[in-house]
Amino acid sequence: MSIGYSKRAVSLLVNGRRHSVDVDPATPLLWVMRETLGLTGTRYGCGIAQCGACTLHLDGEAVRSCVTPVSAAEGKAIVTIEGLAGDKLHPLQQAWIDLEVPQCGYCQSGQLMTAAALLAANPSPDDDEIRAAMDGNICRCGTYRRIHAAIRKVAGRSERTQ
Amino acid sequence: MRRHDHSRRAFLRQVAVAGVLGSTGLVIALRLPDSGRNVVARVDGCADFRPNAFVRVAPDDSVTIIVHKSEMGQGVYTSLPMIVADEMEADWEKVRVEVAPAAPAYYHTRWGPFQGTGASSSINSTWDQLREAGALARYLLVAAAADIWDVDVTACRAERGHVVHHQDGRRLSFGQLCAHAATLEPPDEIPLKAAEDYRLIGRSVKRLDTPEKVDGRACYGLDVVLPGMCTALIARPPAFGARAQQVETRGAYAVEGVRRVVSVSSGIAVVADSFQAARLGREALEVHWRPAPAPVSSDALRQAYAALAETPGRVAHEGGTPEQAMQAAHTRLGAVYELPYLAHAAMEPLNCVAHVQKDRCDIWTGSQLQTSDQDAAAEVTGLPVDAIHIHTQFLGGSFGRRANPHADFVREAVELARILETPVKVVWTREDDMRGGYYRPMHYSRIEAGLDKQGMPQAWQHRLIGESIGKGTPFEKALFHNGIDHLSVEGAVDHPYAIPHQRVDHHRTDNGVPVLWWRSVGHSFTAFVVESFIDEIAHAGGHDPVALRLELLRDRPRHRAVLSLAAEKAGWGTPLPAGIGRGIAIHKSFRSIVAQVAEVSLLADGRPRVHRVVCVIDCGAVINPDTVVAQMESGIAFGLSAALYGEITLEVGRVRQSNFHDYPVLRMSDMPEVEVHIVESGAELGGVGEVATPPIAPAVCNALFTITGKRVRRLPVGRITT
Repeated sequence: MSIGYSKRAVSLLVNGRRHSVDVDPATPLLWVMRETLGLTGTRYGCGIAQCGACTLHLDGEAVRSCVTPVSAAEGKAIVTIEGLAGDKLHPLQQAWIDLEVPQCGYCQSGQLMTAAALLAANPSPDDDEIRAAMDGNICRCGTYRRIHAAIRKVAGRSERTQ
Repeated sequence: MRRHDHSRRAFLRQVAVAGVLGSTGLVIALRLPDSGRNVVARVDGCADFRPNAFVRVAPDDSVTIIVHKSEMGQGVYTSLPMIVADEMEADWEKVRVEVAPAAPAYYHTRWGPFQGTGASSSINSTWDQLREAGALARYLLVAAAADIWDVDVTACRAERGHVVHHQDGRRLSFGQLCAHAATLEPPDEIPLKAAEDYRLIGRSVKRLDTPEKVDGRACYGLDVVLPGMCTALIARPPAFGARAQQVETRGAYAVEGVRRVVSVSSGIAVVADSFQAARLGREALEVHWRPAPAPVSSDALRQAYAALAETPGRVAHEGGTPEQAMQAAHTRLGAVYELPYLAHAAMEPLNCVAHVQKDRCDIWTGSQLQTSDQDAAAEVTGLPVDAIHIHTQFLGGSFGRRANPHADFVREAVELARILETPVKVVWTREDDMRGGYYRPMHYSRIEAGLDKQGMPQAWQHRLIGESIGKGTPFEKALFHNGIDHLSVEGAVDHPYAIPHQRVDHHRTDNGVPVLWWRSVGHSFTAFVVESFIDEIAHAGGHDPVALRLELLRDRPRHRAVLSLAAEKAGWGTPLPAGIGRGIAIHKSFRSIVAQVAEVSLLADGRPRVHRVVCVIDCGAVINPDTVVAQMESGIAFGLSAALYGEITLEVGRVRQSNFHDYPVLRMSDMPEVEVHIVESGAELGGVGEVATPPIAPAVCNALFTITGKRVRRLPVGRITT
């Protein structure tokens, strides 16, 4: 007998590729990305949707994968930090490099995914909108000013990011 | 010119163990293997040139620089290679970084036989070492070209990855020269570059680790995967000092994917195929814990500290006749300051991968103190230290937590791996990490001053109470002076103010709560006390806080320059919008001096809002200016988190906080504007990683006083009712 744990096949569309994984459907999406699919760019920080390190996109929306059961991602398009860039870096990734945002870097996948979802929904956020959107993402190195500046830099560009 | 002694045999090197923070002069001799001789290594049929433990030149022109400091955000994977590459005239585009193994060649230059990263010393402790390493490589490459061209070495020079003949412009690349360079003997003396010839040092060179940190590739300890590896979570005691008495494992084994339940020194490990299975298995475990013998509570500790403050402590510093001066004072003032335990709360929770085999033990983790981790693993496995291989990964923050002389998170993983005989990754949940101890010590200060008629302090009596970080560690001997752990009083015994009569004493406590260095260590509490109280003295004596400090710093030109610049850049004395106050603080730590001016207001709910911080640092000289700016921003954010929110409290031995909802940290909406100015005084190289943290709490609280009339003497600030 197994307690609270029963595997079944779950079909996932991750970064444009389809995967079938055999997992307990209650498993947080975070751990399926990290352990089952080896996409370790999505980070574990708190496990209770308080820090944002695990942020990825479900149908374009930023979600906290540490509290999202994998079953909730079935039938949706998942994009992780590994899939954020197209042929070239996402403009936010480039801005992160240009403004030397990361320090330890651990939270930056989640910061970028939150920022990318923000700009997809609102290409020209003002300062307060940026702060409101990013307030759920903790950075213990305190790179907030540079994150803010990098988002503003991209938001101020003529060609909009999607 | 530098004197080099590269004998072919292992040589005796004099190492000054100046304490972790560099204060006294205990000198010991220890044996190091010869890391300075020429080694020719055959790799894929090619000859690599390895003049020392820090540089490798390959025939493809690549220059690999081995970095022996752990990258936890402070930029060492870029700044240390810059020093080597500049000195050897490497082409920066061809530079690759490799993480050093744990080995004697990489011992800290001031800590004795220990490899580690800390005390904001990565640059200032390696500056000579790395320049000399680069210079030796350059010298031998030039000598190789001279040999090949049959000219004198003075006829050629190194230039961006090539050696060039001065007169006819002939060139050979470092890759072309490496096989021959590897056969040459090192000279006795190697000239170092002149500062005006630096190409990289002093420039804001882009960090080499950024690309992999923006696309998910960066590998932290938690990302390490090995074939056949299991994942383990450990059921840990609910209170410090509690022990597992009885364990019912049936429920855990009923969870699919749980392989084994194993007792280790830190608790009961549930070993599984996945994190989820290990987590569910741990939840299903029934552990009966034998309670701690003397469980402590924060409130009781505060009372005990207050009682202790009534009795004289061990004298840490005395000058003049403070008691008489206090009696003779025109005005006396006194205050009590209290600071709580703090968790490091790095973004990457603790974790460690270990694999123990018959003749070796491999450890993959973000370590800040490799030698202690090696020693612990050697003790657990019975293997010799050189059979313990540490594979240092990126650290997802650390702030001191992963520099544990007790090696807690490594030891338990090795214990488990030894039992399992397969690779295992021990993962700490955020709750495990938050409740796992090794906190910044709780601190209590009672401080008094006697002022003369002009309001100038003549007497200063400061009693500090708190736990020792160094006690029971290999660093104890170097850290303790006159029976006092220097880390408990640093920044208090050596504050810069010219006050004729002073006495500083200390009571060491032990509450059974594991404590550890936390970004800026003792300075994280002493700066708050000293800089708040100096501000109290200024206001009590009717002096402007900047003017009073300048007067008391009359013999400290570096301090005066930093303070004056901060005041000037912040517009000290100029009007502010209604409701906003300004506060200033200055503190020297890790050889650098930092002054900050904070502009603060109160939100409607009584919470402080910090709008802007002007920060001035004198760290002697600068390697990578943007890194200095980034570390000032970072240190301020870290200190502000603690000042506004940080508090670990104990209730009958249990830690009340568990995660970011009840241990809040700074978020983007709290982050002030930060304006950084760098003073290049030419003084000895100072640190930058920790030095911006100490002044921010007093700067903010001094600002709050100007708008509320209330002194904040206990952190975190919380809400202020006016």
